[in-house]
Order: sequence, then C-alpha cells, then structure tokens
Amino acid sequence: MKRLFFTLSLLTALLASCAPVDLNAPIPAFDTGIDPTSWAQVPAGEFYFGQHEDIETTDAYEIMITDVTAQQYADFLNAALTDGTLKIEGDSVLGYYPGDPFHGVKHELEIKAGDWQYIPLNDPAQRIEFDGTSFTVQPGYENHPMTSVTWFGAWGYCEYYDYRLPTEAEWVKAARGEDERPFPWGDEILRENANFYSSRDPFEDMSSFGSRTSPVGFYNGNAYDGYQTLDSASPYGLYDMAGNVWQWVGDVQPQEGFSDRFMKGGSKDTYDMDLRIWVRNSAPPMYFSPGVGFRCVR
Amino acid sequence: MQFIKSRLNYLFGSTKGLILVAIAMIAVVTATWGMLSGPMAEMGVREVVIKLLGMDIVQSEREGRIIILYHSIAMAVVAIETYMVTGLLKMKEFYKMAVRVLITVGYILTMVFGMGFAYFGRNWAFHGLYITGLSLIFFAGVLLCIALWPWNPEYYITDKDYARTKKGVDLERVAFFTAAVTTVISALFGAVPGSFFGNGFETFLAENVIRLPHKTTMEYSIIGHLHIMLALIAIMLTLIIGRWLNFKGAWHKVAMPLMILGCIVLNLGVWGVVTPLEPVAHMIIYVGATPSMLAALFLLIWSWGKFAKEGTAHITKPTFLQKLGAMVSDPLKFGPTWQMLFMNFTTSGIGIFMAIRLDEIFRMWPAREERIELTGHWHALSAIIATIILMYYGDMLGLKGKVRQIYGWSLIFLSDIALGAVTVFEMKRLFIDEATQQPLVNTLMYMIDFGLGMLLVLLAVVMVWRLTDLFKPKGRWTEETTHELAQEVTK
Repeated sequence: MKRLFFTLSLLTALLASCAPVDLNAPIPAFDTGIDPTSWAQVPAGEFYFGQHEDIETTDAYEIMITDVTAQQYADFLNAALTDGTLKIEGDSVLGYYPGDPFHGVKHELEIKAGDWQYIPLNDPAQRIEFDGTSFTVQPGYENHPMTSVTWFGAWGYCEYYDYRLPTEAEWVKAARGEDERPFPWGDEILRENANFYSSRDPFEDMSSFGSRTSPVGFYNGNAYDGYQTLDSASPYGLYDMAGNVWQWVGDVQPQEGFSDRFMKGGSKDTYDMDLRIWVRNSAPPMYFSPGVGFRCVR
Repeated sequence: MQFIKSRLNYLFGSTKGLILVAIAMIAVVTATWGMLSGPMAEMGVREVVIKLLGMDIVQSEREGRIIILYHSIAMAVVAIETYMVTGLLKMKEFYKMAVRVLITVGYILTMVFGMGFAYFGRNWAFHGLYITGLSLIFFAGVLLCIALWPWNPEYYITDKDYARTKKGVDLERVAFFTAAVTTVISALFGAVPGSFFGNGFETFLAENVIRLPHKTTMEYSIIGHLHIMLALIAIMLTLIIGRWLNFKGAWHKVAMPLMILGCIVLNLGVWGVVTPLEPVAHMIIYVGATPSMLAALFLLIWSWGKFAKEGTAHITKPTFLQKLGAMVSDPLKFGPTWQMLFMNFTTSGIGIFMAIRLDEIFRMWPAREERIELTGHWHALSAIIATIILMYYGDMLGLKGKVRQIYGWSLIFLSDIALGAVTVFEMKRLFIDEATQQPLVNTLMYMIDFGLGMLLVLLAVVMVWRLTDLFKPKGRWTEETTHELAQEVTK
C-alpha cells in the first residue's frame, strides 16, 4: 500500500511537470497612465557606475521613460517592411547589421555584416503576429514591453528612428541618478516595487505559465483592481528599470573579443538580487527571450 | 562543575566530540541561512528571519556576505577532515593536539565573527577576528604538514599489502601529505586576492565574471582558488574514506601513486592560471584530474568487490544478485563510494560536457543560465562531500541494525533525489524553452526542497539525539571520549 502511494505520488508529480502551458491564457488589461512615447532628460556629469563606488561620466542625453512596447515595435515593423528596410525569410524578420570588429579571441563569435534575425515569428512566446502583409500585437499585450527580440532587432528599431541603444553607463545613470542606490527607487525592494520572480503580481501564475510581463509603467503607485503598487520610478522618472524585462544595452566589444551584449535590470524571471542596478547579464546578439526587451536613447 | 567539565572534555578533547561540535555548527548555519534564499525567500520566510535575528542586510554587500558564509561552512568542513586525519594517522601527540587546538579555535572564530561581521553590521573588530580565525587554520595546516611528514622512518610500513616504496615509505601517507601541503599553498591563492578585494568589501563572485575574456591576475587567482580548494577537500575525503575502509592490495598500490601524481599536477594547473601558462592551464588541470579520479575509481572497485566477497563468504557459489545484495547491505560503507560515482553525473560529467560544448551550446545561452550551471555543480559537489562525511559519522556513532539502514539509505536517496533534480534544472534549457518551463521547474524545486529539507530533518534528529545523550551520566558520549578512529578502521 505504501509503495503504491509512493509510486502514485511520484507519477502525479512527474505528470504535473509535463503539463502543457497555455501561453495564450487571458491576461489582465490595465492602463497605467504612463505614456511610452515620452522621454526623460539626463544631464551630463558624474555618477556611480558599479557596485563599489566607481565614478564615471556621461554627456547629456534623453532616454525613453519606458521600455519599447509591443505596439511600438509592431508599428516599426510595418513601416520598415513597407519601405524595404526589413524582409521576411521563413519564420524570421531580418534586417541589416554592419557587423562587429573581430579579434579572434577564444570564445569570440564572429558577427559579420549582413542580414540578421530581428525577431522570430515562430517563437511560441512571440506577441507580434504577422498575417502575410502586416504585423499586429496579440490583444492585451499592446502596452507590454516588446520581448522575443534579438539585440539586432533592438538595435534596428533604435537606428530606424535615429535613436540608439543606451550604453551600459548611460543605462546605469538613468536608473540610479547620482547616488549609490541599488534599485531605481531606493535601497530596499518589496514585491510591490517591481515584476520579478514570484513577486505575486496580477500577471503571474507560478503553477502554470509562471511569470509574465506587466504593462510598461505598471509600478507607479496606482492600484489596479485592488493590487496596490509602489511608485518605483528612477530619479529621472524612468519606469521598469528593475524587473519586468532585461534590457539590451548598446556596448559592442566592451572588452576586446567579448562578443556578447550586456542586459541590465533583471526581469520577471529573476530573483530580486538580479534587479540591482550594477548586475549584468549577457548573451550573444542573436539571443531572444520572453524576458528580454529594450529602450532607446537620443 | 564536573558535569560541564566532563562534557566539554568530550566535545573538545575527543575526535568524535570535536566532529560532533563542527557538524552541529554547520547544521545551525545551514538551517538558518538556508532560509534566506530560494523557496524560503519566495514564501516570505527570509524577511521574518532577518527581522527576528536583527540582521543588517545591505544590498551592495551580498557577494561579500556569501563569500564569508561559505568560508565559514568550508572551514568547519576542513576542521572535520583534519580531526579525521589526525584521528586515523599516526603522528606525535604534540602535533595532534596543536593542530586540533589551532583549527578548532580557528574555525569557531571564523564562523562566529565572520557571520557576525557579514550579517549583523560591519563591525571591523569582528572582521579582524574572522581573519585571525582563518590565519589560525592556515597555521594548523602548516603544522599538519609537518606532522604528516612521510619520510620519518617511524612511519615507514612493512606490510606489503599497502602501497609503499622499497624503503618502506607509506605512499598513502605521502598522498595525505601532498593533499595537505597543496591545500596550504592553494589557500594563499585565496588569501592574497581576498585581502586585495576584501579591502573596502570590493569583492565579486567568480561566476559573475566568467564570460569576460580578460581577467586580472587577482581574478584568475580567486577562480583557481575556489576550484582547487573544493577539489582538495574532495581528494582528502577520498583518502580518509580509503583509510577508514582499510584500502589495500593491488588496487591500493596503483591508486596511491595516481593520487599523488594527480594531486600535484592538478595543483600545478590551477596555480598556472596566474602565470604565463594560463592558456594551457585547463589542459594541465584535465591531465591532473584524470589520475585523481582514477584513484577514486580504484577505491570504489576494491571496496565494492570486498563488500560483495565478505558478504557472501558463507555461500559456496554466490549468484550475481547475492553479491549485489551483499555489496549494498551496509549503506554507510557502500554509500561514500556510491556518492563518488554519482558525483560524475552531477558534477564532473556536467563540467566535462560544458567544457566540450561550451561555444556551441552554453555560450549561446545568457550568462545567467551559465551561472546556474556553475553554481549548481559546485553546490552539488559540496553536498556530496557533506553526505559522505555524514556517512562516516554515522559509522563512528556505532549505528546498527534498522537505524543504520534508515540513516544510510536516507542519506543516499534524499541527496541523490535532490542533486539529480539540480542536475536536470541546470541542463533544462537543452530540452525545454523558457516560456514553457514553469511546471518542470516547480517539480524539480519540490524534489530539491524535499531532498535537502529531509536531509536537514535527519541531521536535526541526530543532533537532538546527541544533545539529549549529553545529559545522560553514562550516555554514548562516555564511550566516545576515549575511542580513536584508528582503532575503528575496518579490519
């Protein structure tokens, strides 16, 4: 009897682990009131760059106050497809990238000039749909950050509008301001500050699909159907600089032979420690994920 | 007064008492600090523990805190191994006493004041005492090397069943000596950069810089240090288990030279990372690891054969199943070498697979995934080392009959379930994508938490039993006070 119980429990657990995940499960729709087309001014000057009081300097620049949304990216795809900047090949949207310098260092990837994948169309987590003529966003995700986009796709978006990806230094300064805070809003993190792993926000179900993205600017102090958020803007008024999605930054070969691109800010899939401003993630520029997005500077 | 004196005499004056204290200290730290991460943090237990204990958690000091935490645990493990070595091998009483005093004071200072500094406000006096503790452990290591000097004729052996030179030099003792000397030298590879980075708490975790192609000598030194120290703890434990089981015969004669050679080459490779040899250091490390692992394999072959043979001695023509049954009949003696074999699936195998397919597979994933593999595989190795120590400790306690079976098999099954799940978790991206992984992740987490949680419960039961035993005037502790490990080596 005991053995039967043990075997059944084990089988149940194993079967539960194979349960299909509905990636298109309904998602709550909220208007956060934050305008994703607005920009924040960051003045020139010194700031604390890393974990240990390193001081760096940037020129003045403007940065988007939110991540680029899925709707903004769909608009870009439609415009760029129409004017021939992009092309569709198989299940990929491709665009031109002029290539990286190559040094032949161990583990270095050679990124040549040519057409590279901006976004995959067959990724089950892709929120952009293509009907053969135009791109649309899966309903409910219009004001969520654009995800499943490669670094090339992020770079291409910014280039298209004469913007650029922020450098890591610019990203850090925009997130932190001029003091040494570990999080954009201050010294400590609570569940109501950001969308991170198991943060119990209205978009996650840890027994099924896990964490999902939240609309940009969601953590602005508003209450949504009884879920009270904390205002978690950075000193310059940027939202989602910690959690929700990792953000590609623009540094190419910050060290000779380092072909990865950095990602900053942590995501819905990481523990709070990865949301600290100085934490780096990195991946080759062709990598994409439902937990990676970007924003631009100008 | 006599009550306390006799107990303290047992706890700090006998091998088994010293081991008990160190295991208890590790258990308390592991159970308490285990509540600060993973599922416990998700459930909100972390916040309660932090408030309850009055911890001072500063975000920018996380890496430094973690380094002190695992040094605190590692130093207690090193102390346990030292007690075992000094209890198993012949040495002058003065050295035995001096080594034990130094290392005991050392690890307790390290643990108490290290954790005090890291988690309860930056009291620099505590930091000084933490460094003092580490220094005492270093000096204990130097003394241990002197005590183990194998070319003293007093320690020559005549028994031809054991690996020895023509003159009679005990090659097993040479292997212990080699492991001890290289451990002391390798400690410096942590101490020097530790002082450099520790100045102002400017420290880092190796797994966070692994992808950067250009690292400073100090960073290489740290990476080399953490790898070699864990490898040396494992090598020393393999030698200890061999001595406990009375490893001898033809396999012993091949294994000991291999262990000595492997240990030296492995260390040279790791030390090479801070020299111009760095580009080929990994190759030297592979060359060194192979003979060390072969030596462990020979211990496994010899011991399993021995268990099977002895367990079926009363049967004229034993079948394969009877031999197999005999081989696994004592989980505490079968367990250590089984865990060494299992380690190949959770640690060595993963490491080799990663090294072979690094560019094609693992470097295509984000760095965070690689970090999971790196931290996962050394956590798995550490856990395996802990279970092997607990198996030997179970035998020291004289567990018999059903209790011995339950204790031993629980250690094997619970740890293997947890570590097997850890391995699948590390490699999950090979067979499942990020968007659909959550149910699998949940199941693996349940398995990991169940395995490790129940292991801690088992350890807690043993600790409570030992604590209550201390209150008995003629408890088991009275017998353990005078027993030395060398007397209990398998005949």
